[in-house]
Amino acid sequence: MATATNVAAPVARPGIIKQLPAKLRRLKLPWTAVVIVTVMVVCAAFAHWLAPHDPVGINMLESRIPPAFTSAEEASWSHPLGTDVMGRDMLSRLIYGARTSVFISLVALGTGAVVGTTLGLISGYRGGWVDSLIMRTADAALGFPTILVAMIIVVLMGAGISNIVLAVAITVWARFARMIRGDVLSIKQLDFVTFAKIAGLGSPMIIIRHIFPNIISTLMVITSLQVGQVILLEASLSFLGLGLPPGEPAWGIMVAEGRTVIVDVWWLSLFPGLSITVVVLAFNFFGDWLRDTLDPKLRRL
Amino acid sequence: MQRFILLRGVQAIFTLWILSLAIFLSVHLTGDPAAYLLGSEAGRTEYEQLKKNLGLDRPLHIQYIDFLGDIARGDFGKSHILGRPARDILLERFPATLQLASAAFAISLIVGIPLGILSAVKRDTILDTFGKLFAILGIATPHFWVAIMLILLFGAILGWLPTYGRGGLDHFVLPAFVLGWGAMAGMVRLGRSSMLEVLDSEYVKFARVKGMAERVVIYKHALKNATIPLLTFSGLTLAGLLNGSVAIEVVFAWPGIGRLMLQGIQTRDFPIVQATVLAAGLFYILTALVVDILYAYVNPRIRYE
Repeated sequence: MATATNVAAPVARPGIIKQLPAKLRRLKLPWTAVVIVTVMVVCAAFAHWLAPHDPVGINMLESRIPPAFTSAEEASWSHPLGTDVMGRDMLSRLIYGARTSVFISLVALGTGAVVGTTLGLISGYRGGWVDSLIMRTADAALGFPTILVAMIIVVLMGAGISNIVLAVAITVWARFARMIRGDVLSIKQLDFVTFAKIAGLGSPMIIIRHIFPNIISTLMVITSLQVGQVILLEASLSFLGLGLPPGEPAWGIMVAEGRTVIVDVWWLSLFPGLSITVVVLAFNFFGDWLRDTLDPKLRRL
Repeated sequence: MQRFILLRGVQAIFTLWILSLAIFLSVHLTGDPAAYLLGSEAGRTEYEQLKKNLGLDRPLHIQYIDFLGDIARGDFGKSHILGRPARDILLERFPATLQLASAAFAISLIVGIPLGILSAVKRDTILDTFGKLFAILGIATPHFWVAIMLILLFGAILGWLPTYGRGGLDHFVLPAFVLGWGAMAGMVRLGRSSMLEVLDSEYVKFARVKGMAERVVIYKHALKNATIPLLTFSGLTLAGLLNGSVAIEVVFAWPGIGRLMLQGIQTRDFPIVQATVLAAGLFYILTALVVDILYAYVNPRIRYE
C-alpha cells in the first residue's frame, strides 16, 4: 500500500504536502480504524513487552480458565481473556498472534502487489503473446489451490513463516495482474494514450505516466480488499494446519484449537476469530478512506 | 468473434497442459509415497518392491507421459490409502462440492449484484448503509470461524440446523451461506464502486443533460458498463469458492473434493491429489474461458485486439 501511496503523490496538485495538516483535519479520517491498526502494529512490534505471560508456556494447573468478565469462579484478572486447554494465557497468545499476522501480511502482500501490478500493466499494454503468457500463468497460479501451493512449499522447505509468505504471494500476484490488465485494456483505447504514442513517447513512459495514474483507483480497491484477504488467507492456512506448527501463537491456529471443544471452552475460538474480524475490518475501512481520498474522480461524487 | 473464441479455447487447453505438468512435477517433489506408506521400520527390499508396484521406479518423463495418457482416459490411478480408483472417489465427491458451490454462487449473485447496484444508485440512504455493512462484514470475517460460531449458535445452543455432513436441504443452509457470504460481499462492494464510477462518466452525464429519464439512464446505459468488472470478478469468485470450500468442508464435515484434497495432501496420496487438483483446475480454466468470452461480448473493443 505504501508503494502505491508514494507513486500516487505526483497525481495530486503541487503543494499538497504543505497543506497536509489542514487537509488532514478536513478529511474524515476513519479514527476507529486508524486506532485499531495502530494497536495491532504496536502489539506486533512490542509483543515481548506487552504480553503479560509466555504465549507458549504450558501450565496444566491453570487450564480452561474462563475470561475474567464471566461470572465463573476460577476467572481472574491475571488471565483477562482466560486460558486455553493447555493453560496458556489467551491475551498473550493474541498479542503474539498479531505479530505473526502483521509480518506475514506485510511481506506477502508487498511482494504480490509489486509483481502483480507490473505484470498486469505490461500484459494489458503490450497485448499479443506477452499478454497471453502472463495471463495464462496467472490463470494457472489462480487455478492452483492455495493450500496445495502452501503444502508443496511446506514439504519442500519445512514449516515456518517464510513459507506461508511465499504461498500467499504466489496466489496474490495473479489477482492484481488480472484486474489491472482488465483496466489497462480499456484505458489504452482512450485518446490520450493514442496522442502520447503519436507524440513519440516510448512504451515504458506511456505506461508509467499515462496508464499507471489511471489504474490507481483500481489498485487501491484491490489492495484494500487484499490486505484483509491476505490476513484471512494466512489465518485459513494456519487453521488447516498448513502453516506454523500447532501450538504457535497464530490466530488461525488458535481458532482451530478451540474448534473441537467449542461447546465447553467457547472463548478459545471466539477471541482470535473476533480479532481477525476487527483487524480486517479496520484495514478495509482504512483502504476505503484511502481510495476516497486519493482518487479525485470518486471524491467528486 | 469466432476467431476470438477459437484462440481463447486453444489458450485454455494450453493452460490445462501447463497445469497438468505443474501438478505432476510438484506432486512428485513433495515427498516419497513409498517411504511414507511403509513408515520408518520397513526394509530396503520391501521399499523397492512397493516402488515397483506403484510404478515410481521408472524415469520421470515416462511417468508423465503415462500420466497424461491415463488422465485422458479419466484414469488417475488407485488411491494408495483407500485402495480404490481415484476417479471413482472424485466422481463420488464432486457432486457434493458442486452443489455446495452452486448454492453459494447463486446466493451471492441473487443478493450481491442487485444490492451493490442499488447501493450506488440510492447512495447515502439506509439501503446503502445496509449494503456497505453487509459487504464489509462478509469480507472481513474469517469464514471458518463464522462457520464454527454458527455451529455453536444454531447447532449446539438453539439446535435448529444440522451442523455436519450432507443430507436434505437443511444441511445446505449453514455451509452455503457461509461459503457464499464472502463472494456476495465482494459483489456488493465492486458492483457499488463500478456503478458509482460509471454514473460519473461523461456519457451518463450527457444522457441526463439530454433529458433522458433517470430510470433509462441507470438501467439502460449505466448498468451494462458497470457489470463489466463484475463479470471478471464473478469468474474469479466462482473459482475462489472451490478454494474456500476446503475450510468450510472441513468444518461442516462436508463430503466434497475440498476435504478430499486436504486429506490427499496430508497422506501423500498422489492419485487423489492429482485428480482433485486437476478437477479444480479444469473447473477454473473453463470458468475463465467463459468469463473472457462474455467479457469480449459485452465490451466489443476487446475482441478486435
